[in-house]
Amino acid sequence: MYGWIFRHLPGPLWLRIITAIVFVAVAVLALMQFVFPWLSQFNPLTDSTIGGGV
Amino acid sequence: MVHSPGHVEKAVGVDELIAGNERVRARRRSSRRKTSAQRPKQGFFRTLVQVFGELLITCGVILLLFVVWELWWTNIEANTAQQAAVSQFAKDFQGPVTPPAADTPSDYGQPIVMAEPTDPSTVFGVVYIPRFGASYSRPLVEGVQQAQLDTLGLGRYDSSTMPGGIGNFAVAGHRQTHGAVLDAIHTLVPGDKIYVQTKDGYYTYVFRNNQIVMPNRGDVLLPVPTQADATPTERFMTMTSCNPRFGAEERLIAYSLMESWQPASAGPPAAIAEQVAANSRG
Repeated sequence: MYGWIFRHLPGPLWLRIITAIVFVAVAVLALMQFVFPWLSQFNPLTDSTIGGGV
Repeated sequence: MVHSPGHVEKAVGVDELIAGNERVRARRRSSRRKTSAQRPKQGFFRTLVQVFGELLITCGVILLLFVVWELWWTNIEANTAQQAAVSQFAKDFQGPVTPPAADTPSDYGQPIVMAEPTDPSTVFGVVYIPRFGASYSRPLVEGVQQAQLDTLGLGRYDSSTMPGGIGNFAVAGHRQTHGAVLDAIHTLVPGDKIYVQTKDGYYTYVFRNNQIVMPNRGDVLLPVPTQADATPTERFMTMTSCNPRFGAEERLIAYSLMESWQPASAGPPAAIAEQVAANSRG
């Protein structure tokens, strides 16, 4: 899958490497900014309140 | 090694070398194009397994990244936000930042208890715990929802009293992640001071004991902790956090009792004066 995507990126090898790095960076940033904060609310390991947080 | 005479005739000139390299490169280029154009046709099942495997590896990497985010990045974000909140509180604070002279009487009568903030997420105080480090100063925020605890530090249970009030002033804080404000809660020793600063003054609580309970033990927040029918006459402070450190199967509760207070106009207690001054500098 990733090999297929990489082969279908346009441009010479160096440009495709840069494009791939940018794609990975964007994916990581989106995860850290939006996905993980949302996911965090389902993580029971960080609950420090008692009695359901009155 | 002895060179045979024939060796000299076989020697290749620089020009020929370069030309040869070019030829080899051209051959390589064309052969690469050929392979990419005529990749062997892969069976459907094989492609399916390959894509599935790559997706599984991706899931694993994302989960690892989530652990990194939770245990490391949330602390950086929360510490920045809390630092800013403490600085803002110190800017708004009216009162001297130098401690009262040693010979001034230290009895200021009944403590002023500020009104409960109406909006959740209001930062209404700063907590200083020298046992956690000389510079330990964390914002005190209204509410214990994730919106408050995940960024702003120590949250006040809105069912509890305000600092200085008779009854139980209860706060929650993360043991790990999101600033880890109560990471060192197990290091408190009976007699340790906990200083709470609000716009009205400084409330000095003295740590008494801790207790490990199950997460459903809401009675630790009662006006007299764990005693349902008792009428409070003392000023308790209760801090709740996760236990064990990287888990949440239990809660670690730290109980303190108010020892003294001084109004904002008197200045901070000597033990935290340096940090109060440092916060007001920003």
